[in-house]
Amino acid sequence: MSETAKKTTPLCEEHVRRGAKIIPFGGWLMPVQYTSIVGEHQAVRNNVGIFDISHMGQLIVSGPAAGKWLNTMLTNNIDKLGLGQGQYTFLLSEDGGIIDDLIVYRIEKGEFLLVVNAARTDEDFAWLDRHRPTDVDLKNRSADFGGVAIQGPRVAQLFHALFGEDVDLPARNHIVDLGFDGAKVSVARTGYTGEDGVEVFFRTKDAVKFWNAVLEKGDPFGIKPCGLGARDTLRLEVCYPLNGSDLSPERNPIEAGLGFFVDLTKPKFIGREALLKTKENGSPEKLVAFRMQAKGPPPRPHYLVFENGERIGEVTSGTLSPSLNYGIGMAYVSAPHTKIGAQIDIEIRGQKFPAIIEKKPLYKKS
Amino acid sequence: MNVPEDLLYTETHEWIRREGDKVRVGITDHAQSELTDVVYVELPKMDRQANAKEAIAVVESVKAASDIYAPVKGTVVEVNKALEADPGLINREPYGQGWIFVLKIDNADDLKQLKNAAAYKEQIG
Repeated sequence: MSETAKKTTPLCEEHVRRGAKIIPFGGWLMPVQYTSIVGEHQAVRNNVGIFDISHMGQLIVSGPAAGKWLNTMLTNNIDKLGLGQGQYTFLLSEDGGIIDDLIVYRIEKGEFLLVVNAARTDEDFAWLDRHRPTDVDLKNRSADFGGVAIQGPRVAQLFHALFGEDVDLPARNHIVDLGFDGAKVSVARTGYTGEDGVEVFFRTKDAVKFWNAVLEKGDPFGIKPCGLGARDTLRLEVCYPLNGSDLSPERNPIEAGLGFFVDLTKPKFIGREALLKTKENGSPEKLVAFRMQAKGPPPRPHYLVFENGERIGEVTSGTLSPSLNYGIGMAYVSAPHTKIGAQIDIEIRGQKFPAIIEKKPLYKKS
Repeated sequence: MNVPEDLLYTETHEWIRREGDKVRVGITDHAQSELTDVVYVELPKMDRQANAKEAIAVVESVKAASDIYAPVKGTVVEVNKALEADPGLINREPYGQGWIFVLKIDNADDLKQLKNAAAYKEQIG
């Protein structure tokens, strides 16, 4: 499939067997779609869908000083996490640039699970390991675990069909360990689609069994296996950033409009000084969401953004929104031009198409 | 995958139907199934002259924009305006209502460079 070595998830054969189109993504071979990106997107918005997220990395940080140390490495405040609770957070370099965005869960009193982006796993591990004190243990468990995201308004019904009517769904952003047909699985109430959903992690050897069980039990609920294509349209409609597109080492969380996940009242974390400076001076550019004003070609990454003929920025994510049926996207634009409602132009193959800067998220459940 | 016997094909997945001194052009069933969910078509300009293998139209799916090439040298004499309102025609009827443009060809001998159905089938495996 490719000249360079690519990793495969424990579900790769299942994807191929079900007719998925496979593409390289972040060093992995992943399904981009089964039958139709739009059809899979609608399944998640209206019923329920399942995604293979086995490519995502799992790091375990443990030891009596683990929490205290992680709080100096991550932007959000770990002290706010009760047992079994997770939070969205950033791993920054000294200059505030984003190494990765991730979810950290407190799984035991002195033990944390970090679920990180596939393409950044090795870099995250190396960065953490370099800064790690000797009394904190760090393990990369990515190869031992597979995972799926089950997302959509009918997820609760499907959860009970899988785990039993008397088993409670974890609360939002919480993670619990449950038994499934003799296997131990971890179920987190999280997702990347803007719908209610869970992300389930399991041993690699249990991956195929769990995947097929979800599809079988999900059949009455209209479940569809979904690929990265639908994952991208779903997340972009609700303006969740994609690392490598909207987030990068050249951007910090303030510019990306994600300051909510940065606790500047913490006395110390890597990147704090740089973020304080950004706050004080204002960031020269900001990540905004926009919608095309008319039907036309959808915006794509790297298209240029103009206002009254002046170049003001560049698109980082763009697609045709299957829910809104308009082109949508996110772009970094220079700070004076980021007002909600401002009219901008997106240049597509030499021609300018009007768009409007909109409030995030672009799609809201009615 | 449907590959009609009476059409000609290019390596870049266009189909060509000869109509006298003109050719009607669209993208193959295989191409539409690879793209899926066509959401926008940028049609060529009328009367535009194009060389063989020159990009003259764009078909956009949710995921990506793909160039469509003139299969032989000629002049655009007809474009399928219906695709502006309903680009999904390309997915539903790639060889019928989903045609993209008609070229008046300069030299009928140029058609000999194109693939027949058997050769195209072999290409897409």
